[in-house]
Amino acid sequence: MKTFFELMLATLREIFDENAYQRFLFRTSSVPSVESYGRFVQERDAAMAKRPRCC
Amino acid sequence: MLLNGAMLAGLACTISLLKHHSQLETDIERGNRMSKLVRILVWIVVAVAGALSLATVALHRGEAISAMWLVVAALCTYAVGYRFYSKFIAAKVLTLDAMRATPAERLENGRDFIRTNKWVVFGHHFAAIAGPGPLVGPVLAAQFGYLPGTLWILAGAVFGGCVQDFVILLCSVRRDGKSLGQMARDEISKTAGIVAFVAVISIMVILLAVVALVVVNALKDSPWGTFTIGMTIPIALLMGVYLRYVRPGKVLEASIAGFLLVMAAIFGGQWVSQTPNVAHLFTFAGPTLALLIITYGFAASAVPVWLLLAPRDYLSTFVKLGTIAILVIGVIAVRPTLQMPAITRFIDGSGPVFAGSLFPFAFITIACGAISGFHSLISSGTTPKLIARETQTRMVGYGAMAAESLVGIMAIIAACTLQPGTYLAVNSGAGMVGQTPQAAVVTITDWGFPVTSDQMDTLAKNVGEKTLFFRTGGAPAFALGMAKIFSDSLGGKAMAIWYHFAIMFEALFILTVLDAGTRVGRFMLQDALGHIWKPLGRTSWYPSILVTSALMVGGWGYFLWQGIRDPLGGINSLWPLFGICNQLLAAVALCVATTIIVRMGKARYIWVTLVPLCWLLAVTFTASWHKIFNPNPLIGFLAHARQLAAGPVTADLGHRLFNDRLDVAITGILVMLVTVVVIESALQWASVISGRQQAVTREAPFVHTRYAEETA
Repeated sequence: MKTFFELMLATLREIFDENAYQRFLFRTSSVPSVESYGRFVQERDAAMAKRPRCC
Repeated sequence: MLLNGAMLAGLACTISLLKHHSQLETDIERGNRMSKLVRILVWIVVAVAGALSLATVALHRGEAISAMWLVVAALCTYAVGYRFYSKFIAAKVLTLDAMRATPAERLENGRDFIRTNKWVVFGHHFAAIAGPGPLVGPVLAAQFGYLPGTLWILAGAVFGGCVQDFVILLCSVRRDGKSLGQMARDEISKTAGIVAFVAVISIMVILLAVVALVVVNALKDSPWGTFTIGMTIPIALLMGVYLRYVRPGKVLEASIAGFLLVMAAIFGGQWVSQTPNVAHLFTFAGPTLALLIITYGFAASAVPVWLLLAPRDYLSTFVKLGTIAILVIGVIAVRPTLQMPAITRFIDGSGPVFAGSLFPFAFITIACGAISGFHSLISSGTTPKLIARETQTRMVGYGAMAAESLVGIMAIIAACTLQPGTYLAVNSGAGMVGQTPQAAVVTITDWGFPVTSDQMDTLAKNVGEKTLFFRTGGAPAFALGMAKIFSDSLGGKAMAIWYHFAIMFEALFILTVLDAGTRVGRFMLQDALGHIWKPLGRTSWYPSILVTSALMVGGWGYFLWQGIRDPLGGINSLWPLFGICNQLLAAVALCVATTIIVRMGKARYIWVTLVPLCWLLAVTFTASWHKIFNPNPLIGFLAHARQLAAGPVTADLGHRLFNDRLDVAITGILVMLVTVVVIESALQWASVISGRQQAVTREAPFVHTRYAEETA
């Protein structure tokens, strides 16, 4: 049961981009802040804007 | 398959005996044999349960059956399809190789290419492919009864949709995550690439128009619904500020807070609808709502509104995944009875929800619940760049489509739990059943589906609406069915809240599809126009942004307006058109998949993709023929134009004639283009199979994975 909830949380954190932000911080050697999140959102938006959304 | 299993077991047994002769080893071996026997027995039970449920669904007549038969039939069918058919494709056709490094490993950059946990990729992929299509299509197709839709959703998914998604995903993984258009160009011809592009743009324009129409029809004259959906805009803005400045990056908690606020907005909507002075501020007719949505779409595409769009996207995902999960739980908990007959009289093509006979229109209408061309864009888009191991493409590609298909089954159940008379009164346009509620009630009752004005008024009152007549588009009918299931699970309470929760759920993620789709379409147009004049291709150049946004919004806005003005309800012409475009794109994807299978030297397995391709071509070409040339004005665009021309001259006659001819042109051009792709593909297959051309694939070179120990 514990593993199930851990997995659910990991999936949700991935779908909601929290893990993507952590990876961004690691990749850019930044710390969580308004500025770093702003840069992350910009980068994410640029990538997301071209992704199709299904019917 | 069983023979291979037995051989492997025998080999393992021999090796074991050679190595060890101890009593302990013999016990282990006996245990393994037992466990294999248990596995075989379990699969026999699953297969028999599935067959019995399907037989009950298909053969039971005369009295209503429980929805659980559909659920069990579906779950067993997916389980058997996944365990045996997808395994066969993985082993024999695609020969998945766990030792082959995927693009996520070879090209890992922490941004697009990332090795990701398979369940997480599954979640991503499912969230991307699950749109409003599998909810709306099956609800509309329920006019034929629950049987045709259910059978097609199951067979179409297991043998068509899941196969398409799985094969295209693997093909893209082996080609560094290339898109469908690129693969079509590389594997078939340049024309195929262009056709894929034209089909995608056409689908997007018509899809966006039709889903906008669904929202308009759900919200017109509904202050409760309009208030709730309107409130999602300030809620999203609040979430944006919270995410950016208060708790940067804490999306999950912001989404939970946003969800709670949306729930509060649903309750607030009830107060609004019951307070006449406020209610009139949120009561809009169809054309006004259409203009508001068109304006919103343009703003969402042209203005950099990350503050609004990103939080709304998260909120939509959260609500979508959560609601689908509780719907499945609700159906299993309540086990509702299906009120709709297995097959209705409308299979002859005289249906009031949309005109057209069972073949081909049931298949065109269900579309995404069974097979969707649009999925091939996702399978060759983000997902292949996240796959950690080739063997995971089976679970992600085949498995996620099976899950989407289950959503389609839930939509059929929701629609078929309504009384047929109620379902028809809600879903039929005034032009089909009579201009007034009284006339509609008489027409529908005469068809053998009794319904009264009092029943409809009581139902409308129970859900907090003025009326439920002529609410075409599928969303209100689905919301009613869903609200009934949820309400019954709580002892019949809070029907109005559940109804508006369902409307909010549908409208929220339709609007997310609308704004994201408009922006994606804008980027695609900019890419294409950049080949004609370079500055137009610059995504940050504002004149280009405005022009391409206007083109995209103008495109779907035009069709939306056409739908709003259509006396038959709009859905009658737009949804089949969308279905045809969607299934033609699936045909292009299956052409690519078949060509790649042949080039891999696996021509003996060509039937795996060729059979669904032939079926799709038969369905789409027949549907296109009917939509263009059928003499019934309710079905054929040309016959409708002739009827209009012969009738009284009205102010908008010219526009309506043009609309019919435009629909003819779109359908005809797409069919011709897809015909060219099919012919070019067939020539390639013939050339390779006859030996005139060498079977060569354009896969990325094999690189051994660095994570072999994980595989072992």
